[in-house]
Amino acid sequence: MAVYEDWSTERAAQVISENRHLEGATMPILHALQETFGFVPDPAVPMIAESLNLSRAEVYGVLTFYHDFRREAPGRHVVKMCAAEACQSMGGKALAHYAEEKLGVDMGATSPDGRVTLEPIYCLGLCACAPSALVDGQLVGRLDRDAIDEIAASIANGKSFGEA
Amino acid sequence: MKSPRIFVPNDATAVACGADRVARKLEAGLAARGVTADITRNGSRGLFWLEPLIEVETERGRVGYGPVKPSDIEDLLHAGILHGADHPLCVGVVDEIPYLKKQTRLTFARIGIINPLSLTDYKAHGGYRGLERAITLGPSATVEEVVESGLRGRGGAGFPTGIKWRTVAAAPADQRYIVCNADEGDSGTFADRLIMEADPFCLIEGMTIAGLAVGATKGYVYCRSEYPLAFVVMEKAIEKARDAGLLGNNILGSGLAFDMEMRMGAGAYVCGEETALLESLEGKRGLVRAKPPLPAHKGLFQKPTVINNLVSLATVPVILDKGGKYYRDFGMGRSRGTMPIQIAGNVKYGGLFETAFGIPLGELVYDIGGGTASGRPVKAVQAGGPLGAYLPTHQFDTPFDYEAFTAKDALIGHGGLVVFDDTADMADMARFAMEFCAHESCGKCTPCRIGSTRGVETLDKVMAGEKREQNLALLTDLCHTMKLGSLCALGGFTPYPVMSALNHFPEDFGAAPKLPAAAE
Repeated sequence: MAVYEDWSTERAAQVISENRHLEGATMPILHALQETFGFVPDPAVPMIAESLNLSRAEVYGVLTFYHDFRREAPGRHVVKMCAAEACQSMGGKALAHYAEEKLGVDMGATSPDGRVTLEPIYCLGLCACAPSALVDGQLVGRLDRDAIDEIAASIANGKSFGEA
Repeated sequence: MKSPRIFVPNDATAVACGADRVARKLEAGLAARGVTADITRNGSRGLFWLEPLIEVETERGRVGYGPVKPSDIEDLLHAGILHGADHPLCVGVVDEIPYLKKQTRLTFARIGIINPLSLTDYKAHGGYRGLERAITLGPSATVEEVVESGLRGRGGAGFPTGIKWRTVAAAPADQRYIVCNADEGDSGTFADRLIMEADPFCLIEGMTIAGLAVGATKGYVYCRSEYPLAFVVMEKAIEKARDAGLLGNNILGSGLAFDMEMRMGAGAYVCGEETALLESLEGKRGLVRAKPPLPAHKGLFQKPTVINNLVSLATVPVILDKGGKYYRDFGMGRSRGTMPIQIAGNVKYGGLFETAFGIPLGELVYDIGGGTASGRPVKAVQAGGPLGAYLPTHQFDTPFDYEAFTAKDALIGHGGLVVFDDTADMADMARFAMEFCAHESCGKCTPCRIGSTRGVETLDKVMAGEKREQNLALLTDLCHTMKLGSLCALGGFTPYPVMSALNHFPEDFGAAPKLPAAAE
């Protein structure tokens, strides 16, 4: 499970200045901010805009275009289940419903207690060992109900999947 | 006694199937026995149903065991795998496995064999010979070598790579760029990922050759965020290449300059479209650009840019090493060379199968892939990702070739095949294609942005039995509009899966099934 820093303007300014020299720096900055804080909070938008001499609207436009970038903090655990065709061919849809049930959260949502976020992802490139998922950054292939049970249990215990 | 050399893969598939735990268990088991062994984390051979596949170097060659679970390790060590002993998990000498032996590995010659981050291994297996020859030949002869090879874009569009290079080389500019499209978003594909994870120097060498050939000093690899391991391996490899003078201001002492950088996408499928990718690299929304101007004239930051698929660039080293003619002699018709075909989905033997163009689809699904994993009959294969057609079994005689697929209203795309068994509902798959297009549309052109949403709604009506005939006619008309009116392949090709599903499996849409005579 990923641990993020609390939002701080000073820290954000530092992250931005570390990346602003890059060509086309907007995306690397957004990635770096999300890696640091877990999401890109609204106050970061004018900071990026000023640093790169862009309008706030331009930065906001980029932030909201890409599926990966979050504007709100994710759950403490993030489970991304592949929803693309290869995983569907191996029963991925039914498994996604099972995961919703087991984790107690709808696909695309975060549980009210902030424990877990469940999201679809379109292809992890593990199509020859489908269905697959990304659980707190860990790749899982040949996913079945037993594996979902294990994931749900480790999350209930506040551990990362696969931790001894 | 020489300490035995053992290989445990660390590509994403092997890791997702437990390879890291297997490696740890193996280390512990060896330590407990007081055995010193050299455990190399290689990339995968691409025989994914065997992952994690442990290999042990023996006098007979590398003997494989797979798929290995951490709980198998004690038993394997007890059986004596360090000497290549027999065991129920033993698959024999890996090079002799028919799946591997039947392949023609040119682009993927080194995957799974070498340590991905060892330059010594890379060079020992033919690495950097292509670049050396390119430096000797000079820029224009290098471009002509690629033209002669007949290499066409492996991302799906199939445009001749050499012609693209020639255009960029001829465009006057103070700065040119090489951009590698590693935004491999198609379901059923993993060739780009495998190169990056199992043979990263091959891509670096290919991009360096491209840079020297067209006079570009800077390259970017746009890698999707869904490939976190690949990204890390590439960054390490770039660093190593730089330290070894293989990137930088004086490549191999030639005085020529080229350097490159990794960039991460952010989950937008449309950024696999080359102009959307360029926008994204520039730090903008991934909106598709109208063409012309072509990226070769006005690409990244409006400078002449070679933007190639990763597999195309990774094929350049072998072309330069062995010559354009050598490569061109493989294949059929206008599809020259080899294609890494990725067999995936509901299939028994999923993996990467590199072979010359021309192999029939059915052979790939049945003889190589072994039919479905579920053991049920095959219903259809989706070729070429979410924008590719569903091919029914009666089209399985189609040879794997750009033109032959086009003739069947299908496409080979990036070489992915996703197999479905008879439980698949093709109306559901058609709806998914429209839904995916709506989800991923960049929004710039109306047929894609609005059409995809209307497509989902219309299919919902069809599936609910509401005015079925009228709505199917409407859907067909909508697909026609999207195909001809969209700015890029996202909206333009979504009709392929939709219409192929409808044409070949009308009964799944509640329409009258085709007469058997028409289906045969």
